Amino acid sequence: MKTESALSVPAAMGRHSVLLASTLFMLMPFVWMVSLSIKSPGEAFEASFVLWPETFYGIENYGRALTEVPLGRFLANGVFVSLSVLIIQVLVAAPCAYALAKLTFPGRNLLFLFVLIGLLIPQEVLGLPLFILCHFLGLIDTYAALILPFTVSPFAIFLFRQFFKTIPDDLIHAARLDGLSELAIVWRIVVPAAMPALIAFAILSVIARWSNLFWPSIAVSSEELMPPPLGVVFFRNEDDGDDLGPLMAAATMVAAPLVVAFLLAQRKFIDGFTMSGLK
Amino acid sequence: MTTLPASSRPAARTGPAGRAAALTAARRLEAWAGLALVAPAFLLIVVLVLVPAAGIFVIAATDWTFGSRSLNFVGLRNFGELFGDATFRAALSNTLLYVAVTVPATTILGLGVALLIESGRSCRAFYRAAHFLPVMATLAAMAIAWEALLHPTIGLINQVLHTVGMPRPNWLRDRELVLPTLMVIGIWQHLGLAMVLFLAGLKSIPSDLYDAAAVDGADGWLDRLTTVTLPMLGPVTMFVTIIMALRAFEVFDTVRVLTQGGPDRASETLLHTLFVESFEYLRTGYGAAVTLVFLAIVVTLTLTQAKIMDRRVHYT
Repeated sequence: MKTESALSVPAAMGRHSVLLASTLFMLMPFVWMVSLSIKSPGEAFEASFVLWPETFYGIENYGRALTEVPLGRFLANGVFVSLSVLIIQVLVAAPCAYALAKLTFPGRNLLFLFVLIGLLIPQEVLGLPLFILCHFLGLIDTYAALILPFTVSPFAIFLFRQFFKTIPDDLIHAARLDGLSELAIVWRIVVPAAMPALIAFAILSVIARWSNLFWPSIAVSSEELMPPPLGVVFFRNEDDGDDLGPLMAAATMVAAPLVVAFLLAQRKFIDGFTMSGLK
Repeated sequence: MTTLPASSRPAARTGPAGRAAALTAARRLEAWAGLALVAPAFLLIVVLVLVPAAGIFVIAATDWTFGSRSLNFVGLRNFGELFGDATFRAALSNTLLYVAVTVPATTILGLGVALLIESGRSCRAFYRAAHFLPVMATLAAMAIAWEALLHPTIGLINQVLHTVGMPRPNWLRDRELVLPTLMVIGIWQHLGLAMVLFLAGLKSIPSDLYDAAAVDGADGWLDRLTTVTLPMLGPVTMFVTIIMALRAFEVFDTVRVLTQGGPDRASETLLHTLFVESFEYLRTGYGAAVTLVFLAIVVTLTLTQAKIMDRRVHYT
């Protein structure tokens, strides 16, 4: 809505009171999680609303979270798997999207149909057959099992194609006349021109991989291969109930990277979600 | 493979013979380049998407349990068993109820928050970030935070209830309360996504519409809302509703971490049943049948969404 005139004082107060109340609800789990992560067991279990503890127990809790389970390893696995998947997805999707957008070749419509079918099918549906495939390839409980199913992203192909289509043909003809190969055109002309799409996709892809609990629960069982969500759930299940502080410290460390990244680059993240709106 | 007609560039048809030959060669080169560029993606889509997807239909017609060496084709028997199975029926009805409550709630609350944020100028960025934060936070970790928040004795919520003299329910272990509790967490998680989609929708309303409405005498905020804002948000609302529905049907992490479908199947959901049957009981054939029910729902929703999108933007 347009806001040329400022709101009247009562209207502004109404607006802030409703929005502050819902903000409180949205932030409550974060606040409680971080608060428990810096409380001593004694304070955590004594019923009180106090958010900031009398004795700061953060170093002990975060230290125990990092030593009792290989939390550092979980986080490193998350970074490794998310980035590997992202790099392969772009390497596979960008040339394909360029060909679909700008070249004429036999089978182009069929391939585009395949991409659309791929867009239709949610990852969870493929869990069962991909588990069987990974089993027969001997990949279960390896990093490869965490990466392979996501190497091709129909969504990336679709999104990149949309952007590549808007690049003027003249630019590509000129590059050809300069002697660039088609592959060089993809990486040196077309992809740089579609950076907003690439950034949006990169954000969505990393969020999806970092947060995913479903497939890693199927694909790996060894502690040292677990990505962060599986790792923190594993920690919770190992825990006999009196390790609330370290558990909350672990949950905080698993949630923190994406939350911090979002707070640092809000505009890009929100644009990513609205551009696709889809994933 | 279908062979497409050669590209219809006017020069190719009208140019002199020599140029035409050169162009044919160029076109052949282009075809080869195209095939080479799409080959990895084509191969991976076939191996990782199409063949597995087709595989589900075959597996769903068998009684295969993973690890056993023999299997029989049983036709549609898995589906008959499915609809007679109390766990599956609970999963289906719980999921439908979960969707029926969370989707309108998330959409309406997301719209409300977006309208409120846009109605004033102060603290916009703060409110937007605060409401979007749950979308970003890893749900498995936040489910553990919710568990602490909802703890029967030391959780913040029950402490508040106790202080004001209310009973302290065991939110995640009570048959009646467990599904509503998961619904609240689901709304908490997705409200921010609905909000940013509505914010984008609000930005795209041309401001001269408000001017025109003002000329027609609609200048109060309620008039502007009902004559311009809400009608203009119609397509976005439809779109948001379907995205929220897709996400709601995929509810899994909170169930897996917090309740495992319990107590007594009260929070069993489709994706959780699919997971347990397929990967814990290893009833592969049966799991594939559950998968197909899930797929049918999701595909119907996605196609509806594509139809709506198609009306707004033309992408082919």
